[in-house]
Amino acid sequence: MIAALIAGFARVLTGGSVRWVEDPSPGRQRVYFANHTSHADFVAIWAALPPEQRRRTRPVAAAEYWKRNALRRYLAKRVFRAVLIDRGNGGTTAGVDAAESASRRGREAIEQMVSVLREGESLIIFPEGTRGDGVETAPFKSGLYHLAVAAAEAELIPVRLENLNRVLPKGELIPVPVVARLTFGAPISLAAGETRDALLERARESVVTLRHTQGPPAR
Amino acid sequence: MSALSDPVYQQLLGGVFGALAFGTVVGQLLKRRARSDSARATVANMNQRIGAWWVMCAVFGVALLTGGLGSIALFALLSLLALRELITLIESSRADHRALVIAFFIVTPAQYVLVATQWYGLFAILIPVYVFLLIPAVLAIIGDTNDFLRRTAMIQWALMICVYAVSHAPALLLLDIPGYSGREALLLFFLALVVQLSDVLQYVWGKLLGRHPIAPRVSPNKTWEGFVGGAVCATLAGTALYWATPFSPVEAAAMSLTIVVVGFLGGLVMAAIKRDRGVKDYGALIPGHGGVLDRIDSLTFAAPVFFHLTRYFF
Repeated sequence: MIAALIAGFARVLTGGSVRWVEDPSPGRQRVYFANHTSHADFVAIWAALPPEQRRRTRPVAAAEYWKRNALRRYLAKRVFRAVLIDRGNGGTTAGVDAAESASRRGREAIEQMVSVLREGESLIIFPEGTRGDGVETAPFKSGLYHLAVAAAEAELIPVRLENLNRVLPKGELIPVPVVARLTFGAPISLAAGETRDALLERARESVVTLRHTQGPPAR
Repeated sequence: MSALSDPVYQQLLGGVFGALAFGTVVGQLLKRRARSDSARATVANMNQRIGAWWVMCAVFGVALLTGGLGSIALFALLSLLALRELITLIESSRADHRALVIAFFIVTPAQYVLVATQWYGLFAILIPVYVFLLIPAVLAIIGDTNDFLRRTAMIQWALMICVYAVSHAPALLLLDIPGYSGREALLLFFLALVVQLSDVLQYVWGKLLGRHPIAPRVSPNKTWEGFVGGAVCATLAGTALYWATPFSPVEAAAMSLTIVVVGFLGGLVMAAIKRDRGVKDYGALIPGHGGVLDRIDSLTFAAPVFFHLTRYFF
């Protein structure tokens, strides 16, 4: 109920300009991966999914943001059913310790996501790891590769988000109703013998090259 | 509301829906006769447009019948939708965000509250004076100086077109014309009908006879043949409606011609913006037509001119 309301509100607010390059094949499990420019990103993707898929799709989000107050905890847990990942930005340890604990947290995060996939649910992830400026797409972190290896049956679907950084830029509270564009691309998968870096770069390219098609300039 | 029982409204709305029914029948006949692929595509687009016209006329008719508040609310919504389309097309920078929050959520509602409360003095100067000064001040406080004047100008221009100009259509309701009180909504009907009829008839004449584009680099589809044919027919239609307005037949003809010519210029200007940004339409909200701004582009120019001419002379 609340989920449907929020999804409807998000679609109205962002103008819901959604394009699927390929019709979504029913029943397949997916990992949607997108460029990251705004806190509104996963809500927009989640709201754009057909309702029956939305119910089986969980966004991956930063615990430190979504655990900060009761409302966010409620939304993250009950409405979005977010998979909250501890990015651990508040650590005070330095050097080797920090690097070690970061890689340990990375492994834990992957395990969390893989176990969600094992339960048959889909994921929304942002492999850049952090929000960019909306122009450049940063190199992808390795999580996507690990998911591709651990859950080979899931389709990896690139999603290109445009204008969401204008709807709700970093550090702002009130969204502006600029029309946002979402483009869902054709699924990619790990090729035989493909290295980690090759897959990550190919995945990144697939997001970068997905631009919403504009009409021809003449009327 | 008594408007429903007013025979003038009944006749006007009956006429509009009769014309739509006629258009729908012609569209279906053309659909059977279309042979080539391009003809079929044109007819399909035309029928899609006619379908959307039914919805638009129904919405506008209901708004008119509710009297003032319904019309004001409808145009406030159109302003917001148009503003979102124009701002989306403009490359706004991240630093513009708070200025845009003000534009969408404070300036736009405020302008229509002024219409609703009939505060003409502030209605006429809020955006051209106060917002004109406020927007650059807000951008200066935010502090990003890149493209400062261009960003300021684009936000101000978007507000002038989508909010200030459009709000002059429902503002017709607050004109106080001797011997015409209680029927101001008919002026709004007159304006909307002449503007939209002119667009439709220019399109029809252009499709039938169009050869010589007026501004080929802006819009190859706007031809002299279409413009003259549409202008003459829409002016005649407007003149024929003089009995529903405070105008004499000659005055109604002059008003209609003004609306048509100014509206045409509006369509041309809004087409130039699209051409510059490399898009065909402002949006996809109205099937066959494009965005809200594609439908009300002529109105944005015609509304303030018609409002002030009427206010000055009547």
